Amino acid sequence: MRAAHVAAMLMVLSVVAAPAAHAAAFVLRDDAQRQVSFARNPQRIITLLPSLTETVCALDACDRLVATDRYSNFPAQAEALPKAGGLDEVAVELIVSLRPDLVLLSRSQRITERLSDLGIQSFVLNSETYADIARSIETVGRILGNPARADVLERSIAAAVVEIGAEAVARRHGPRPAVYFEVDRAPYAAGPASFIGELLARLGTRNIVTADLGAFPKLNPEYVVRHPPDVIFVAAGEAEQLAQRPGWGELRAVKERRFCSFPSPVTDTIVRPGPRVAQGMQALAGCLARVAP
Amino acid sequence: MSAPRDAANGMAVWLICCLVLTLLLTAGSLVIGTSSIETSWHWLVVPDEQSAVVLWRIRLPRTVGAWCVGALLGLCGATAQGLFRNPLAEPYLLGTASGAAFGVALSLVAVDSTIGELAWAGRLGLTGAACLGAVAATTLTIALSRGVLQTTSLLLAGIVVASVLGAATSLILLTKPEIFRAMQTFLLGSTAFLGWSSVALLATVLGICLVPALVWSRGLDALTLGEDTARSLGLSLPTLRLALLGMMSLGTATTVGQVGVVMFVGLMAPHVVRETLSVNHRQLLIAAPLCGGALLQAADLICRWIIRPAELPVGAVTACVGGTYLVLLLWRRNRDA
Repeated sequence: MRAAHVAAMLMVLSVVAAPAAHAAAFVLRDDAQRQVSFARNPQRIITLLPSLTETVCALDACDRLVATDRYSNFPAQAEALPKAGGLDEVAVELIVSLRPDLVLLSRSQRITERLSDLGIQSFVLNSETYADIARSIETVGRILGNPARADVLERSIAAAVVEIGAEAVARRHGPRPAVYFEVDRAPYAAGPASFIGELLARLGTRNIVTADLGAFPKLNPEYVVRHPPDVIFVAAGEAEQLAQRPGWGELRAVKERRFCSFPSPVTDTIVRPGPRVAQGMQALAGCLARVAP
Repeated sequence: MSAPRDAANGMAVWLICCLVLTLLLTAGSLVIGTSSIETSWHWLVVPDEQSAVVLWRIRLPRTVGAWCVGALLGLCGATAQGLFRNPLAEPYLLGTASGAAFGVALSLVAVDSTIGELAWAGRLGLTGAACLGAVAATTLTIALSRGVLQTTSLLLAGIVVASVLGAATSLILLTKPEIFRAMQTFLLGSTAFLGWSSVALLATVLGICLVPALVWSRGLDALTLGEDTARSLGLSLPTLRLALLGMMSLGTATTVGQVGVVMFVGLMAPHVVRETLSVNHRQLLIAAPLCGGALLQAADLICRWIIRPAELPVGAVTACVGGTYLVLLLWRRNRDA
């Protein structure tokens, strides 16, 4: 009886796995402009970027991951996997020992050549802008052999983003609030060209930083005094220090404590151009609704 | 008789030039910022509420603070070169910069850390952590060289401490990449947030540091003849070293706490003075701070002007200018030889 059960289960499994295992070979061009050919859909994947890890898991393929980078902390299943390095330093030995059939990574990582020397297939995907999110999901979906799931995910994210943006704009009656998003106390700001800047623009805000300054410009602090923001997005520990900066104590946003700070897990959703972008945007919208004048 | 008088006249002319340059740079820094020069000029003539904040509470303390930092680095650099009898000595020689960087890295990790033991580092703030790290590193250097009896062992201990702390900082950075940008800002120096309270602190420390420097300047003169000769002239070398090392660590620790690591100013200022003037140590210890102050003011002006309204890290500018100057110096010496 038991043996029959197992045999039946195996049959079911082989039927389910069949399309993936026997799918025709395919070729995709990656963001390093390489033609990467796949004999079949990869089953042992290593991701070296948190947003790519999240994308693979959001496409229901978390169980195909065998390792991730050290900063991939979501979802819990991925967090528990072996860590194959950080952004620039990579544990090559660990990667080889795990016998992956694909390593997904970003363009800035220099490991690609070393991996191909060692006969390990890698695929470069850039995740920097909002547009990259949909493109990454679509490409990873094709690699995983599940383009339909990718399509559904992509559409649901796009719909959520549009809805959150529309809600934020509809809720507002006055002029667009001016925002300053401080990435770091240097101060580095997130400009309109950055991923965060894109989300803020979709929420109907006006970035005090102009697009020509680049994605993350290091500002002269007097710029913020001359272009006073209505709301300041700043690291939780830093908000209390803003009034100490020369001239910043006079800013209305500082005087009226119009700050948005987020705990680290929420910040992850805001700064990672991955499938949780709508959650990040919701957090931004929620805070804006609370503190914007 | 005429040679010393000429030297004194030369020194007077030099000091006046330096002061005039400082005044010009100060005036220049009032009109250079994120606004156009015409706007700044208009603000000076017809002040309003915002321009008052920008001019008198951001631009002026920033340039005066940059001068103080440059002056302290010039003073510490000249002292280090005299004390170690080495023209390549600089203020960060005793591990101050790496100690401060390590302190800052710990503090940055602690800010969003839940580890109870690290919470104190978060409360210290970056300035406090940098100062504490710098002082601790200097103390460690002196302890490793078993006091201040030997110049060579002090230098070696300084290099060891700097390397080990540098490696420790890199380790922290590898495990916490989110602090990378903040660390880079610190390591390249930034005069962006110098306010009047920073200026008050820096000026006080500059005043305090000048006292031992001038008191022991004759000792540094004697030291140029060699340690044995200095000793035979009745100079107590351990006292001299302790006083001057104490002054150097106070001076550099304060500057790294306020603006981070600014390379080359401390190395370059004494060289500029010696290249243009023939001076003894008392004169050098007055001229080098003036020169260092003007140098950093100029670098600050360049870094906020060149890509305004964004800005460059001031340390990157001083490294470019300082590096070019040293190459020029080498080239001239080779040519003259």
